[in-house]
Amino acid sequence: MTALVNVAYLVAAVLFILGLVGLSHPRTAPRGNLIGALGMLLAVVVTLLDRQVIEASTRGLLLIFSAIVVGGAIGAWLALKIRMTAMPQMVALLNGFGGGASVLVAGAALRDASTPSLQLTIATAASGLVGGITFWGSLVAFDKLQEFFLRGKPVHFPMQQTLNALLFIGALAFGVAIALDPTAGWAYWGLVALASVLGVTLTLPIGGADMPVAIALLNSYSGIAAAATGFVLSNNALIITGSLVGASGIILTRIMCRAMNRSLMNVLLGHGVGAGQVGASADAVYAGKVKSASAEEVAMVLGSARRVVIVPGYGMAVSQAQHAVRDLANLLESRGAAVEFGIHPVAGRMPGHMNVLLAEANVPYDKLKEQSEINSQFEQTDVALVIGANDVVNPLARTDPSSPIAGMPIMDVDKARTVIVMKRSLSPGFAGIPNPLFAADNTLMYFGDGKAAVLELIAALKEAG
Amino acid sequence: MPALVQLLTIFVLAIFVGFFVITRVPPLLHTPLMSGSNAISGITIIGAMLAVATPDPLSTVMGYIAIVFASINVVGGFLVTHRMLGMFKRKE
Repeated sequence: MTALVNVAYLVAAVLFILGLVGLSHPRTAPRGNLIGALGMLLAVVVTLLDRQVIEASTRGLLLIFSAIVVGGAIGAWLALKIRMTAMPQMVALLNGFGGGASVLVAGAALRDASTPSLQLTIATAASGLVGGITFWGSLVAFDKLQEFFLRGKPVHFPMQQTLNALLFIGALAFGVAIALDPTAGWAYWGLVALASVLGVTLTLPIGGADMPVAIALLNSYSGIAAAATGFVLSNNALIITGSLVGASGIILTRIMCRAMNRSLMNVLLGHGVGAGQVGASADAVYAGKVKSASAEEVAMVLGSARRVVIVPGYGMAVSQAQHAVRDLANLLESRGAAVEFGIHPVAGRMPGHMNVLLAEANVPYDKLKEQSEINSQFEQTDVALVIGANDVVNPLARTDPSSPIAGMPIMDVDKARTVIVMKRSLSPGFAGIPNPLFAADNTLMYFGDGKAAVLELIAALKEAG
Repeated sequence: MPALVQLLTIFVLAIFVGFFVITRVPPLLHTPLMSGSNAISGITIIGAMLAVATPDPLSTVMGYIAIVFASINVVGGFLVTHRMLGMFKRKE
């Protein structure tokens, strides 16, 4: 029986991998997701056949089913109700629950083991540490995104790094205590308590714009915690799946860091970009050079454009403007213009956020272009329309080696014939530096609030005929 | 000890598979990738089921909460991924 269960786990793991392979193209992705779900169903069903579960009382089985129903109902409710703009919050919560589940499963396994091996105790300590950090770190990340208590601002306090180091050393000490005396349940809870505090203190200093990195990293942690739990239970399915998720999170973290021109350390410590760098002041860059345009003037420029590239940023998500932007794109297309979207990897609050929002608004995915793909085309573009983005279109990244964003991959919108920047004000983005694009000869600033400004622009275009 | 080496072998190989598979996912689908990977990391549910089935009451309680957490991940993760992927359409 055990052999059969283990073979089924192997099949489940293969189905997970095939599911992820499906995600390599939007056409095959829905099937990939179903294949993954099938793998999970298989894993759960064969676990019910496990000797330990079969021999448990009816009460045990009832408990299992009721817990699945409760969790499943909460999950389904979240999945169906969540707004696409709030997807980062949802993923933050799921990361946290993954970490929490690992802490509890590893802790229970430590209690139940009759003669815990060194492998079990060390893996349990690892699971408690990483899982605890993941759970509480994710709750803080969720709160920052949802803006309940913390308004997305980095929170700094004195001796932050010293405190974190002490917490980490303390947690390791508890881990050693567990390894030396596996019956010491108090040591496990002590470890989890310190890891929990560490999760909070590690996430507090991370600012709103760095959230894509934080979420990707916590995603990776939740996988690592699951893999550690796999070593606790000597279970291949958990080890394989945890490694896949851990690898996925690490890859996304690396992509996000590179796109923001930050080292992972720099993000984790919550430093601003280029702290201590002094560039030109905003006054020197903008004074007398910024041309502000009305909706009618912008409509005139757009009305005669043959090729338009729209570059959305977090501002579009905040004002829920994706549907209005889609209407604008459709209107321009009906007038004969070719319209495409240029998506920067860190636009939004999580990897891929802009793509989901525009897909929700029925923009076909073949119009959503990656940065590397669209950049070569700006020179043949009549109008680049920037909506609520700033640092990712700052040409200083290319031209000024002393700039804090030097070398950061940006959208080369400044190479388009005309650039229209839709923005609330000239306030700086996460890098805290002025953007010479706003003062460039070929740039028109269209000041306004996301969705309202787009709607006004649509009205002006229709009026102009 | 050979058992541990076996587990480590699987661990390391799975990380390599993960790297090769995940790097092929286009940025277009990075959000569904994250929610989908949350869903499969709900595999801890199988460990949680075993914990509930033990006689120790505290383990049962911990296992119960773990099943709730993991099934939020499984059901919520697969469902929201499905919902998102349904939105990605080609030009009609």
